[in-house]
Parts: sequence; C-alpha cells; structure tokens
Amino acid sequence: MAGLLLLLTLFILYPLLRVLFVAVSDGQGLTLRYLLNFFDRPLFREALVNSLGAGGLAVAFGSLLGVPLAYFSVRYQFRGKLVLQTLGVLPLVIPPFVGAVALQLILGRSGMVNLLLLRWFGTSVPFMEGLTGVILVQTLHYFPFIMLNTAVSLANIDPSLEEMAQNLGSHGWRLFRRVTLPLMLPGYVAGCLLTFIRVIDDLGTPLMLNYTKLLAPQAYLRITTIGIDDVDGYVVCVILVVLSLVSLWAARKYLGLSEYATVQRGTTGAEIGRPIRGMKLAVVLLISAGMLGISLLPHLGILVLSLSRIWSFSLLPTIYTLGNYEEILFRTPHFVKNTLLYALLAAGVDIVLGAIIAWLLLRGRVFGRNLLDAIATMPLAIPGVVLAVGYLRVFHGWDVPGLGGPLTGSWVILVIAYAMRRLPYTVRASYAALQQIHVSLEEAAQNLGANQVRTFWKVTFPLMVGGLVAGGLISFMTSAVELSSTIMLVPRIEMGPIAYGIYVYMQSAVGRGPGAALGVVAILLVGLCTYLTNRIFAGRSGSAFRV
Amino acid sequence: MGKRFGETWAVRAVSLSIRVGEFYTFLGPSGCGKTTLLRMIAGFAAPDEGSVWLDGEVVNALPPWKRDVGMVFQSYAIWPHMTVFENVAFGLRERRVSRADIERQVGEALRMVNLEGMEGRRPSQLSGGQQQRVALARTLVVQPRVLLLDEPLSNLDARLRAQMRIELLKLQRDLGITTIYVTHDQEEALALSTRIAVMSAGSVIQEGTPREIYEAPRERFVAEFVGASNLLGGAVRQATGDTLTVTTDLGVEVRAARPSAAAPEGGRILLTVRPEAMDLLPPGEPADHRNRLEGRVVASAFQGAAIQYEVEVSETLLRASVTNPKGKRLFQRGDLVAVVFAPEDVGIVPEEPRAESREPSVVRSGQD
Repeated sequence: MAGLLLLLTLFILYPLLRVLFVAVSDGQGLTLRYLLNFFDRPLFREALVNSLGAGGLAVAFGSLLGVPLAYFSVRYQFRGKLVLQTLGVLPLVIPPFVGAVALQLILGRSGMVNLLLLRWFGTSVPFMEGLTGVILVQTLHYFPFIMLNTAVSLANIDPSLEEMAQNLGSHGWRLFRRVTLPLMLPGYVAGCLLTFIRVIDDLGTPLMLNYTKLLAPQAYLRITTIGIDDVDGYVVCVILVVLSLVSLWAARKYLGLSEYATVQRGTTGAEIGRPIRGMKLAVVLLISAGMLGISLLPHLGILVLSLSRIWSFSLLPTIYTLGNYEEILFRTPHFVKNTLLYALLAAGVDIVLGAIIAWLLLRGRVFGRNLLDAIATMPLAIPGVVLAVGYLRVFHGWDVPGLGGPLTGSWVILVIAYAMRRLPYTVRASYAALQQIHVSLEEAAQNLGANQVRTFWKVTFPLMVGGLVAGGLISFMTSAVELSSTIMLVPRIEMGPIAYGIYVYMQSAVGRGPGAALGVVAILLVGLCTYLTNRIFAGRSGSAFRV
Repeated sequence: MGKRFGETWAVRAVSLSIRVGEFYTFLGPSGCGKTTLLRMIAGFAAPDEGSVWLDGEVVNALPPWKRDVGMVFQSYAIWPHMTVFENVAFGLRERRVSRADIERQVGEALRMVNLEGMEGRRPSQLSGGQQQRVALARTLVVQPRVLLLDEPLSNLDARLRAQMRIELLKLQRDLGITTIYVTHDQEEALALSTRIAVMSAGSVIQEGTPREIYEAPRERFVAEFVGASNLLGGAVRQATGDTLTVTTDLGVEVRAARPSAAAPEGGRILLTVRPEAMDLLPPGEPADHRNRLEGRVVASAFQGAAIQYEVEVSETLLRASVTNPKGKRLFQRGDLVAVVFAPEDVGIVPEEPRAESREPSVVRSGQD
C-alpha cells in the first residue's frame, strides 16, 4: 500500500505539483504574478478563448451528429440498424491527428472537394483552414462519445415512465420534451463533458493542421522551443489542468445528482425499438447514411493515401503502390515494434496496478484509500502535455542507476507515461468487475479452508479476469496512438512509436504515404482491440468509451 | 379479445364485461396474460382479435393518450426528474387546466392519499409506500373513466401491503371509480374485488364474486390457486336430491351437499375441501352427520390463530387448519385422529379441465 502510494505519487502527483509550483513561484517565493500575466498576454487570451470555443463547438456539432443517431439506434427497429451501431463507433478507432491528415486530402485547400468546387464553380471553401479545420476533425472524431453515452441513457429509461406519460395524455414532441429528454440528459451531458475534455487536451490535431493558437500547442511550443525553464509554458499547463479538472468535477457532480435514469428498470423489451417503415424509414436511413458517410471520410482518405505514391492537386492518386507499407514494415520497422512493446508493457503495468488498486479500494481496510482513489483517478484530468512537462521537469537532470542516464533519456519514460495516463481505465474496469463479485463468494472459499492468497487466485482472480483484460485492452489501444505526451517525451527518433512516426513522416510531402500506412496500422490495431473489448463486454458496444 | 406474441397466444378468446363502479380483478399466476389484457385496455398493446369497448364505444383505434383510462404501473413509474407536485400535476397540464386549478386539485389529490406537505419532495426521497401513493394520486387527479392497477402492491413489504390494501379499498369505494386490478395475490383479490376473473394461460377460467370463487371453485385450477384445497379423487356412487355420494380413492365414502357440477353416477370427479373446513377429533368421538376420515397426524404447527395439521389418510396427505384453537386439544405427531368435515363444505370439480380451457394456446379464428 505504502509502496503503491509512493509509486503513484512519484509518477502522477509529484510531477503535477512540480508544474504547479514552477507556475506560482519565482526566485524568492510564491507568487501569482505569472498566472495573472497569462491573462494580459493577447496570444494566451486568444488561445484560451479558442480552446474553450473549440471544445464548445465540437460538443455542439457532435451533439447534432450524435443525438439523432443515438435516438435512431435505440428507439427504432429497422434493417441496417446493426450497421449503424457498428459504424458509429468507427471514428474512435482513427487517431484524431491521422484523421486530420486524411481530411486535409479530402477537404483541404487542394483536396478532392475543393478541386471539384474549383472545377465546377470556380470557388473553394476553406473547410480545413485554422480553427475550423481543428473543430471539424475533432467533431468527427469525438461525436461517438456523445452518441454512445446518450444511447445508453436512452436505453436505460424504464419504458413505463414514458407509457405513464402517454396514459396521462402526453405524446409526440411534448412527451419527448417533458419526460424522455430530461431522463436521457445524464448520459448526454457525460458524453459532452468527455468530448470537451478530450478536445481541449488534444495536441496532435492542431499540430498536424499547423494551427497553434490553442492552449495545448502553446504549452508544447513554449517548452520545446523556448526551453524547459520557460515559466509561461507551465502557466498554460496549469490552466489546462484547471479546465480539465473543472469539467471532470462537473461531470461527476452532475452524474452523482442524477443517477436516476437507471434506478427503475422495467421488463418490457424497449431496447428492441419500434419498427418503422415508409417515409420515416427513408428519412432515418438517409440521415444515418449521410452522417456516417461524413464521419468515415477520414478512414477512406487515409487508406487511399497509404496506397498512393503521388497524390497532390488531383482528385485521386495518380500512381498506386504498396511501397509505403514496404517502407514502414521493412525500412523503419521500429515504429510498429516500439508501439507494440511500449503499449504491451504499459497495459501489463496497468492491469497489475489496476487489479491491486481495485482490490484495495473495495476489499482492503487500509488507511489512505481515499487518497489512493483520488490519485489513481487524477490522470483523467491531466492532459498528456502537462504530464510530459512534469516528467521532463522532475526527471531531467536525474541519473537513474542502471540506465546510464536520466529516465527522460530512455524509452522507459514513454511506458511510464502511458501506464500512468491509462491507469484509470484498468482501475475502473477491475473495480467494476470486482464489485460484481459478492464478498460471500470469497468468504465461502475461506470458510472451506483457503487462505487469502489462494482465495484470490482460485475465486477472485478468475471472476474478474474479464474486466482486467478489457481494461488492459483499452489501455493498450489508447497508448498505441497516444501523441500528446509522446511527442514531448520521445528521446530519439528511433525510439518513437507509431504516433510519433506518423507525426514525423507527415512533416514532409514524400513522407505522407508511409505516414498514412502507419496510420492504417494504427487504425487496425485500435479496431482489433475495440472489437475484442466489445466481445468481452458481451456486446455492450462502446462500453470502453463511456464515463 | 386475443393477443398473440409470435406463435403463442398471451390472451385468448377472453370476453368480459365490467360494470361502472366495479372493482374487477384479473387474478392469475405470472405469465397468464393478465397484464397483457390490462395493457390492451390502456392502449399499450393492440389486440390481434376483438375490441375494447368503453362506454359503448370501440376504442381500439384510440392511442393511449386519448383513451382517458388511468393506469398505475407495477414499478410506479414516478418520474425521477420531477417533484411530487410536478408528477401529480403532469396529467392536468396535459389537459391545459389553469394554474390555480392545478394547485387546488393536486393539493386535494395528495390529501386524499395522505401525502399533504410532500409537494416539494423528490421521488428519491420517498419510501416505496409513498411512491405508491404519488402514483395513485397522479392517476386519480385527472379523474379517468377507468382506473387500471397493475400489481400495485407487489413491491411493498407485507405490513405496508396490508395497510395499503385497506386504504385502496376505502378510496375506491368512496370515489366509486370503475377499477380493474391485476394481481397474482389471491388474498388481495378476495379482499378488494367485487368480481374476480381467475386466469390461466391466457384464458379466463372462472369469473365470479370473491365468495363464489373461493367457496365454489368450478375448476381444479381455481380450487388450487385460490386458497389451499385438499383434492380427493373418486367416483360418483349415488346422486340423490341435493346429496352426492362419492367413493373416494381412499376407499371411504364422502357425501357432498352441493351437486352444482354435472356428475353422472359412475363418473369420476374431484372433491375439494378447504383445510379450514376440517376439524380433528379423537378417533372414538362421534362425528354426527359429518364426513369422517381416519388417519394419523404427521405434522402439527401451532400458529396462534389456527393449528395447521398434516394428516395421513391411506397414504394421502390432507391439510387441516383448526381455527380458533383456544381450549381445543393439540394433537401431536403420531396421534390417531378422525378428520371430519360437513357435506356442505365439499366442492366438486371435474377431474380434467373443461374442454374450452384445456388447450388455451390453440389458435381459433373467427372469435368476436
């Protein structure tokens, strides 16, 4: 317990506190000067407004996409509903910065759509310019969060709550507004806040689109270009953490207040939905197909790009090739290899730590459980950039015996960063799994003569192994495409994982093909893990992406 | 009416007429179709056969929100995002009642169910019994033409259930509102109803007042489901006037005083005797004109208001409940006794279910 707390403090709490400390101290002592300075700098003010705006708009547009799809998929019964539910999760399997590259090709200044617009109408639309592009990419990537959480909330509404309203004379839009909508709000709000946090946190997308007037890129640029001692970088980090913490706190608070959607549960099979036909079916299918079509554009784009040798100023590539795959699999195989190594190690660490922490939280009667819970949940609110900055600050000049240098000079720092950032997932998965195991199952084993260790091995562990694996898979796949902290912590290019490889390749025109091929590999990895996770969670699709 | 789910008939060939002001109960085990029947009346399920008539008008085509039949759900269906006041006011708002009238009527409704002062509470702050009252007030406040209650007491604990049963009874009799009640609890059904329809496998097996159902079950299912019954198989030896003499499979003759069921001499029938109709005497004591079966006590349990006995008579177990036991002898396991009961307390049901209810899942078209 003490060792565990020490470990988490060293790699989560302490780096965070160091960042905070740098931001509020000068040579002599504590000061709020730097923090207040933040608001006097036009660039920072603009970055703050832009970040908040991007988060808000991504949520707003994401709602327009996600809520109707959620409603269709829960409330209506029609052919193709399964396709809708499956495709709806696909945007999540493409890392947002990969999606950014793909959308450039399709919607960018010289992308497919604008070339067509130029040819036909002599004009073009700046879809992908600046903040617009960032918001567009993030909306398309994160709207499934809103869709999945809304759908779950909707499906959990006891049908008798709506039937009662009908019985008392309510129907149609009034029924939706007075009963259905308020009851599905908790899930919807949770999805929105999750999206908001992720958007503010996202470093890869703005960097790929070369738009830096946002908080995350500002923190990154300050530290990487001006230096590790630039106080302003730390100040931006503190602002980022505060925003995330407030959002997370609001989500918790709101969900805690309104846990009611699942309190009562009827028996009639409302999940099946109402059969629809005719005009209504046509409208539903049309809307669904349109929305999914748009949200799957990035996948298509990246696939085509990965197969092309030359694709510029033309609708489609002029020359196709498999050379890009040859490049990443034979000439620079370390990107894929590193990813598998780092992500597997991180997932392994997370599974072990997650199981222990969950067990301590639920079964242990040790002092400091609340502290443990708090620290283990904290990474949800720490943007990757901030954690990376903290690590650089803490471990930079500190030689670790055996490594022959500081931790930040070794790839181990990446594994640690991934493991810590994704720890909340395995803790929560294990916690949920362990919660299902009634303590009497363990007591029965002990009553029959098994000691604590054997009880854990023979009874507890086999019963929670599903949750552990699921949590590990989530940890693995999100680590495999992590860019925010990777980009700052990679010691040397040959130690970089896929995400870093894509970022590096995409810097040059000739690298776009291999970069896209790496993107396809990333999509396949994440897609496979999502599929496995859903299998383990027994078809509760998208459980991995809920608050 | 009939309602089919896939190939199975949930409700089949049910035809009932319920009078204004009645408290009518659908009684049956789970899965017998009683809730489906109720949902068809409320408009949440469309009948595959037949029609629902309300005040002389077919309402099949009316959606639930236009039927004006108030329903109280088994889960109460209290909206968790509204206060008690908002819950009760919902139906009035849908009916565009003025604000002042809503205030007044909600207040009255809550007073009626003893919840005055609870207007501002959230459902999560209410006990099960209070939620139940809110659900009742919410439905009653719109003064529906019919009140539908779907197992409303099943989620309450035993003490509260008994209390709510009495309150419900008084409320319904005071308001005189036509009520249809669904339950699997025979005690509730007997205590509350003016009439009961006992249902099994989608069909109504017997319809009648609580006394008729309890005292004169016409089918084996009713005798067994409503209260406990001792069932004795036998063949009719003699049918004279109002007395039926039956040679039971125990080898003893038993006389029954009410040959309501057609029972030809020589035909096989089942005799039903309620445990509380039985008395236990020491073996030698005379039984007067009553039926008498000799046996041995297998178990005896003193329960205060009654003593429950199991008596073995020729390898058949009979259950006897000796009520008001004060001053009566308490027989012990192993005692030889005579089980006695009056011919008036013997009922007769056919050994096999009557033809019309034997195969309730056969599809019969052309009903209604």
